[in-house]
Amino acid sequence: MTERQIKRGIKELSPIDVYMLLPRTNCKECGETNCMAFAAKLVNREVSLEQCPPLLKKENEKAYNQLQEILAPVIKEITIGTGEHAVKIGGKLVMYRHEFTYHNPVPIALDVTDEMPLHARFSGEEAIVDRVKKVENFLYNYIGRDLKLDMINIRSTSNDPTTFKKAVEEVTKTTNLPLILCTFDPSVMEAGLIAASGRKPLIYAATKDNWKEMADLALMYSCPLAIFAPNDLNLLRSLAKTLIEYGIKDLVLDPGTFPNEGVSDTLNNFTMVRRNACKGGDELLGFPLIGTPITAWVGEKDSKEMLAWKEAYVASMLMSRYADVLIMRSLDGWVQLPTVIWRFNIYTDPRKPVSVDAQLYAFGKPDEMSPVMLTTNYALTYFTVESDLKSFGGDYYLIVVDTEGISVESAVAGRYLTAEKIAEAVKSSGVAEKVKHKYLILPGMAARLSGETEDELNNVGLSGWRVIVGPRDSSGIAKLLKEKWPPKEGEEE
Amino acid sequence: MKTLGGEEKPDTKLAELLKLLGLDSNRDIELEDVELDIGEIVLDPSVLSSAALKAITPSRMKAVAPPTLKPTTILEAPFTPFIQEYPGKIREVTLGATKSKGGSRKPVTIGGATTPAFYLFEKAPPNPPVISVDVFDMKVTLPKAIRTQVEDVWEDTAAWAKRAVNKWGAKVLTLHLLSTDPLIKDTSPADAVKTVEEVLQAVDVPLIIGGCGDPKKDAAVFTKVAEMAEGERVLLSSVTLDMDEAGVLEGVTKAAAKHGHLVLGFTALDLNRAKELNRKIADYLPEGDILMDLTTAALGYGLEYSFTIHERARMAALMGDTELQHPVLSGTTNAWAAREAWLNLGPEWEPRSLRGPLWETVTALSLLLAGIDLFMMMHPDAIRTMKQVIQQLMTRGKAKPEKIANWVNAKI
Repeated sequence: MTERQIKRGIKELSPIDVYMLLPRTNCKECGETNCMAFAAKLVNREVSLEQCPPLLKKENEKAYNQLQEILAPVIKEITIGTGEHAVKIGGKLVMYRHEFTYHNPVPIALDVTDEMPLHARFSGEEAIVDRVKKVENFLYNYIGRDLKLDMINIRSTSNDPTTFKKAVEEVTKTTNLPLILCTFDPSVMEAGLIAASGRKPLIYAATKDNWKEMADLALMYSCPLAIFAPNDLNLLRSLAKTLIEYGIKDLVLDPGTFPNEGVSDTLNNFTMVRRNACKGGDELLGFPLIGTPITAWVGEKDSKEMLAWKEAYVASMLMSRYADVLIMRSLDGWVQLPTVIWRFNIYTDPRKPVSVDAQLYAFGKPDEMSPVMLTTNYALTYFTVESDLKSFGGDYYLIVVDTEGISVESAVAGRYLTAEKIAEAVKSSGVAEKVKHKYLILPGMAARLSGETEDELNNVGLSGWRVIVGPRDSSGIAKLLKEKWPPKEGEEE
Repeated sequence: MKTLGGEEKPDTKLAELLKLLGLDSNRDIELEDVELDIGEIVLDPSVLSSAALKAITPSRMKAVAPPTLKPTTILEAPFTPFIQEYPGKIREVTLGATKSKGGSRKPVTIGGATTPAFYLFEKAPPNPPVISVDVFDMKVTLPKAIRTQVEDVWEDTAAWAKRAVNKWGAKVLTLHLLSTDPLIKDTSPADAVKTVEEVLQAVDVPLIIGGCGDPKKDAAVFTKVAEMAEGERVLLSSVTLDMDEAGVLEGVTKAAAKHGHLVLGFTALDLNRAKELNRKIADYLPEGDILMDLTTAALGYGLEYSFTIHERARMAALMGDTELQHPVLSGTTNAWAAREAWLNLGPEWEPRSLRGPLWETVTALSLLLAGIDLFMMMHPDAIRTMKQVIQQLMTRGKAKPEKIANWVNAKI
């Protein structure tokens, strides 16, 4: 194969290799202390080449090009849309998440068709505008982060250029979200491209029959082009080669998403394509993969719930197995919630520690009568509690106990959170000197430790401290405090 | 063979080459393997001066031909999968034993993988992953979506076990002896043995015996259960490095070895500790009788840590790390620890009767693709989906392109 074969994988790329190509002037213009530090950050993708002004000078052009080459992701990064509303897909440096952080979380495109009414004609009818607004308004706050849906897939079921054009016009008027235009008919596609001019949509898709016309459109309108070759990797690769030679630079690959009995072929195809690109140096397949869980809805007679259920789990499997962008149908919260959360999760840095520092945390401006709560140092436990306390507002102390990064329930079961440990943590936090009251709020999951904890607190010299059993989930803290804080003297728990 | 040329006007350098080769630029020419460096094409040096060759061969040839040469037909570029060799293999382990082997179960064999999970293009896995259904020895706090499925039997462990086997088709059961927890009911090892006996009589599937998490109490209970269930090849879930610290690991593993059982080593998202524990267990128990639990965190609650540690562990095992070549178990019921699985989040996120089981399903499927061999699960809908997907993933070649060939036109 070609030069990508000799391009070393991200794991083997050493900062020295990068350093040798840098100007090595230690000018600090990039903000780093020296060129070696900048090289290390380049390897970690924490900075970009453009942050080194001397490198951009004419005399360093060769080095710049070489650096671009050795730092290029093995899966090409492709932009759909323009300006601040653009999304980037692909840009993957590795196959497995433990090798390096995955880049560019999978955008999820929700489907509308050109045969949907532009505006609702009677109450309850879902029009294009309504659905697009729903996509835009989708929002879930997860540990302090807003999770959203990303794109609109406009699909022609009419196969009529005028109808498609109208639908695309309506969508572009309604939203700035990036678009996928979806039809195999080049004349319909062109009508859509005219309506979406300046929006740089993804063209879906070139097939063995229409590839030439679609390629001409992609070149004429400067849009990325998807290749659809269902369960045919020979065709997929051949079309990729053909289109590259035709002059298309931005390709997206679709080996087909088969729900039901074809799910095995689907995952094997996605895996083979990604592996050939990442491990086999196959440049023709070094492009983002598009998954279409929406096919769960095609030609099946199950109930709406069953089809949405299938679409949801197929989407999650495709995200685990290398899809870089997804087209989906269901907008139901119960379908999209696991999808957007799993996406958020697998695109986090795998080197991110599983635990936070065990210490005393203050929220708001706690005073001597502020509640004292306690949790474990598992990162997700801490962030969940933190996000709840912040959303309630108010002033609190939170003691974080070192449970070796294990959540409350498991830590209690596994004896990582014991009465002794709690008492020790309360004492060493120094919170007893900061408050006047003597109440500790324990997580509901640790309720069974409450009696023992009072004894142990007494043993470490915190006499008179009482335990209030909190909710099993931190979302209930506000209610607990409303009912029980400040505690009345002598109140029994 | 590829076809180049045609109606497009070739650029001057190529035209020069064609001319030198005595070929008309308007005629189609066929080149072998144009993907390769042009330098590899055999050219007669007497026809072509080396200077001319240099002029048409860029120092690093791209796979892409000059864009002015637009192809008119599909250029064939067949796909050959990149196949990797794995020196290692996951051990095959059988849970439960038949009468002829000293037990009374319908045994289930797991493990044996020689590739990452479901890389059928390399090799099909010898055994499908298996689902064990959770049963408790007392009434426990359960999310409503699960509670409604079991609340009529949750004070009768044997009846609960029968429901899981007969109604949900469980091939393995996990009996959690939660009541033995000194902080809950502190029931005695003798009571626990009685419960296990009842369940062994009620059903004929292999059992996983779940403890309460207290190292000393679990060791005492497991030792007694191992003795009573002689020959049944139950899986003791779980032993830990804390047991080692408490000085009780040796006793439990020896009891398992003596009475013919399996042991699950539990560690918290740390492969070095997992290896350490496996070594310690292997001091007393054959390596083929050890399973690993590397910790399952729920979707939204750390699943990515579990996913990645399992992918890493599996790859390391296949690449030859013998201390990680044990089948892996996931406590997938943990999915319900995520509030998104059960909390009332408002009407737009309903119904919870679907959201909850889907949560467990997505948690399970993500780990299925990371290489889990044995799942502990709870909700019947999640279990049903998992079984179906596992069955579908075991064979290839069933995709029907015509089914989705025209999906873009489908009226949904």
